[in-house]
Amino acid sequence: MKFAAALPSQRQAVAQVAGVLVLIAAAVVFPLVFTNPTVTNFAVITLIFVCVASAWNLFSGFSGYLSLGHAVFYGTGAYFLVVAAKDWNVSGVAVFWLLPLAGLVAAIVAVPLGLIALRVRRHTFVVITIAFFFIAQLAASNLKVTGGSSGLLPPVPNFAPATFNDPFYYLALVMAVLTVAVAWQVRRSRFGLQLRAIRDDEDRAAGLGVRTMPVKLAALVLSAFITGMAGGLWVFFIGEAFPQFVFDPLFDLAVVFMAFFGGLGTLAGPVLGALVLEPAQLYLNLQGGNGYESEILFGALFLVVILFLPRGVIPTGGEYLRAYRARLDRSKEDSSESEMAADSAGTSVKGGVS
Amino acid sequence: MTATLRADGVTKSFGGVKALNGCSLTVAEGRITGLIGPNGSGKTTLFNVMTGYERIDAGQVYLRDKQITGAAPHQVYGQGVGRTFQLTRIFPRLTVLENMLVPAQQRGSSRQRRERAMDLLAFTGIQAHAGALAGTLSYGQRKLLELAYVLVADPAVVLLDEPAGGVNPSLIHHISDRIRELNKSGRTFLIVEHNMEFVMGLCHELTVLDSGSVVATGPPDTVRNDPRVLDAYLGMGTDTDD
Repeated sequence: MKFAAALPSQRQAVAQVAGVLVLIAAAVVFPLVFTNPTVTNFAVITLIFVCVASAWNLFSGFSGYLSLGHAVFYGTGAYFLVVAAKDWNVSGVAVFWLLPLAGLVAAIVAVPLGLIALRVRRHTFVVITIAFFFIAQLAASNLKVTGGSSGLLPPVPNFAPATFNDPFYYLALVMAVLTVAVAWQVRRSRFGLQLRAIRDDEDRAAGLGVRTMPVKLAALVLSAFITGMAGGLWVFFIGEAFPQFVFDPLFDLAVVFMAFFGGLGTLAGPVLGALVLEPAQLYLNLQGGNGYESEILFGALFLVVILFLPRGVIPTGGEYLRAYRARLDRSKEDSSESEMAADSAGTSVKGGVS
Repeated sequence: MTATLRADGVTKSFGGVKALNGCSLTVAEGRITGLIGPNGSGKTTLFNVMTGYERIDAGQVYLRDKQITGAAPHQVYGQGVGRTFQLTRIFPRLTVLENMLVPAQQRGSSRQRRERAMDLLAFTGIQAHAGALAGTLSYGQRKLLELAYVLVADPAVVLLDEPAGGVNPSLIHHISDRIRELNKSGRTFLIVEHNMEFVMGLCHELTVLDSGSVVATGPPDTVRNDPRVLDAYLGMGTDTDD
């Protein structure tokens, strides 16, 4: 094949697929092995963050537009689910069917936000997304429909107490797997290639015929849809919707940190970031008494990652692995060369003797 | 000979500085036209207004008699005008092959697009780097990559901004050979270049800009000896007989 060099090797692809299948199988049996409700509670929240971090990365990691306003979509999805469940008298398992609608509402909200924010770039874009976040938080704290600062309570599902977390867990797992699958499909598609070209040089991409605004907006809307669904699931799981938690500035920082930690713009990076950081934070919160200690620790860790692993654990680890393999190959070549040299020296000595 | 690309009375100012002052230029179909002039004469600004990267203050730009004045860069490319930049602008974190697949308006299946991309990489001589990140290429190789991916969607006219700038001499010959070969197959070029040997050897027509205005147009041999050009370019005026 002429362009074989440009494609990953088949062995690599098989190893990757096998790794993903093992990970999914482990996730499926997880609540059967770990039945402690605290553990499964952590697992549900962690899987929700796998969704959110991957969805954030699908837009920000691929396009280079770093959003600090995804809490708007998360909160919109969450509030929609609570309000819709109340107004339409939906309860029990049926509430799960509202999740796609929660995503849809978040996606609709993303359209005007994107049309405004995506006209600017870099720091200005970041500042605008923060501004949107505060507008949303203030609105949620003051509007009647969101219950103002008193918040709202979603319906409590009548699941058996011993396995209460399991339906949430499996739904979160399905959503996480689907989100990563969507991100994978986007990354390998022409749309994903255009997003990554925009990340590298937006003007150049436009000069090659890429209609940058629709491409960026489509990525933002897709990301908002997934984030809105995740927000809906989260609020149904935790059973309360207060503006300071639904629109939480630390949510955005946590999601950004997860993507940076694992590897911005990679598929596995945000997954790794969520799987490592979210349970760690939940555990520290449980141990520490108040949440501030873990937040200070995570802030410091964020600094360390930005300073020493700016490309994230997975890309940096990959570089070390490639360098190690190259060193091994070189040392193998050196040893085979010296063996050949020794053989030829031995032959000439023998020849000389005889 | 019909005009592929035409600028009529183009004016562009940046604050109080008039970068282009009623500038007119014709790029004839199937020809290689050179655009030369001293630094700051407005060559790159003319490229930018023709390709939609800068807003035009006055004047018109036509592609095969269709007005493209004020069109956005992606629309200009869609109409059939490809361009490269003075300082190469590739996508460094994409592979060389992925760079080739970015341009829109590509026809055919995914496999056909890849094969066409590989053919163009082979044509420019960098196919061995198809799987490498574009950011790892040398400066000259980046110039070749830029040329290759501009050609992917088969543009009617290609604007090259200093294709030989900063490139080692052996690669300059390679680049000029590629351009000549493409031109033989009917491709139209407009080239901005400071390397006079490169320009004189390659171009059929030259347009000379000075302070945002056209001072001379014609075949290289005529332009080379035009006193207005010598004056503008070298400040030598008419007293340079030797």
